[in-house]
Amino acid sequence: MPVWLDDFLWTYQNVVYALGINGLLALSMYVVLAVGQLSLGQAAFMGMGAYSSALLTLKLHLPFAVVLPAATIPPVLFALAIGTPTLRLSGVYLAIATIGLGEVLRAVYLNVDALGGALGISGIPERAGMVSIYGLLIVALAVLWLVARSGIGRAMEAMREDEIAAAVMGVNVRRYRLGALLASAVLAGAAGALSAHVSSFIGPNEYGFEPAVTILSYALLGGISSPFAPVAGAWILTLLPEALRGFADLRLVFNGLIIVVVVLFLPNGLLPLRMRRWVK
Amino acid sequence: MLAQQLINGVLLGSTYALFALGFTLMFGVLKVVNLTYGFYFSAGAFFALHLTKQWGWPIAAALPAAAAASGVLAVVLDWLLLTRLRRINAPELSSLMVTLGAVLALYAGMTTWLGPDIRRLPAGVLGGEALVLGELRITQAQILILLATAVLVGGLLALMRLTPIGLALRAMAEKPDAAGLMGIDTAKLAALVSLVCGALAGAGGVLIGLNFNAIQPYMGEAMMLRGFVVIIIGGLGDVRGALIAGLLLGVVETLTAGYIDSGLKEAVAFIMLVAVLWTRPSGLFGRAHIQRA
Repeated sequence: MPVWLDDFLWTYQNVVYALGINGLLALSMYVVLAVGQLSLGQAAFMGMGAYSSALLTLKLHLPFAVVLPAATIPPVLFALAIGTPTLRLSGVYLAIATIGLGEVLRAVYLNVDALGGALGISGIPERAGMVSIYGLLIVALAVLWLVARSGIGRAMEAMREDEIAAAVMGVNVRRYRLGALLASAVLAGAAGALSAHVSSFIGPNEYGFEPAVTILSYALLGGISSPFAPVAGAWILTLLPEALRGFADLRLVFNGLIIVVVVLFLPNGLLPLRMRRWVK
Repeated sequence: MLAQQLINGVLLGSTYALFALGFTLMFGVLKVVNLTYGFYFSAGAFFALHLTKQWGWPIAAALPAAAAASGVLAVVLDWLLLTRLRRINAPELSSLMVTLGAVLALYAGMTTWLGPDIRRLPAGVLGGEALVLGELRITQAQILILLATAVLVGGLLALMRLTPIGLALRAMAEKPDAAGLMGIDTAKLAALVSLVCGALAGAGGVLIGLNFNAIQPYMGEAMMLRGFVVIIIGGLGDVRGALIAGLLLGVVETLTAGYIDSGLKEAVAFIMLVAVLWTRPSGLFGRAHIQRA
């Protein structure tokens, strides 16, 4: 590795890690939006991944190759418990059932001593890095891109446009929706495990309402025309506060306003057309 | 001990019911899951804080004034955020997302402006003496909450059932287009609903601020989870269901905190929500609306 690249990575390591992790989170939102649903549990799923991976590493001393997949199990179980009943109902129910999940888990993390209480969990060894984060991001992008181009992708697009028509055409709407939610839980849980193993500390307040909405703003800014678009959205929103000093205070206000503006005036996101041209 | 717990539970539950009433009305009539609703709750509390602290108003004047101000805020935000979506008949998820983004911006802006600290209403805004009946203690704030809930719920039910406006509202909840064709000014009624709901939320914020004596920008967000649970258990858009479900949630939460573990209190609402979604998704009192392809 050339020296300048080494220096650059060392200086901006945290930002580079955050770009990869936020990219994964944006993808976890994308898969749900792609079937026309809205889940606000991504931050909660991420927190479950972070907490369970930290405990597996610190208490059971398992290798990271085991910890990373194992950390996706709790979010998947929660996604099953919430998704199975709500995905039979209209779209608002999944959003409503997941919106409070992060805050509930925050109270649990705060009150359960084994989870570190208000102090969180510290001293997590740095097991993740460039290779694991970007490797997973590239694999996820590749898989989602192939899925989007396949028959499954066309079925997802059909049910997003018109659920009833898609169902009439033989698309098993409920199964696709649940599959998407589970994939989303896996991605968010893995992102949580990765972030816990690069930052050495996790706390109860990192996975509540604000990050949940921020993850949605990533995906909406990019749009969901292809899996690359939400990742681009995540990168823009992660880099902006780094680039503009003084912006950091208003970061959340800005993220919220992006959602408002995109839904009201740019329903396809900021980057749809250009993307579509060179992806398809 | 049990009697005291039950009383505390009913009082807590009546604040949940009060909060959820406006929320469920908004959904029932306007067909919008409006997430800015929690912000009116915070806003009401801060209006009352300003009026009592800076201007020295008594709480009896500050409560209605803060409620009215929150109502006006609700009308303005509804107009800014939802008129366009209503005109193009956007799917309900769009309005949910818009209000979600807006409420994050509002909370974050308010926190940047006023700071995240917990504030308190000035001492002596309510007489501190509690009513003591044998072993039971009821504070004046709690009595005020109970009275206010009873008055507001009664008023709302009377409005919905006994007045021409209520009839128009029910028609609009049933079928907005048909209501419009029958000569009902739906835009004006939508504004009225926003005003009433915002005022209910604002009043709820003041009363909870009084009860717990803690006011802070994100207080409405913590309440929203309870609001969701109450309106789902009670059935979306069902005023009577919201009242019963609110009381039920308050009692169950208080008993859990008292007899099992106070750490579990926050999880109770969520567990109830998931349980109801599994077993009776249209609410305990709701009828199933089944739409098949």
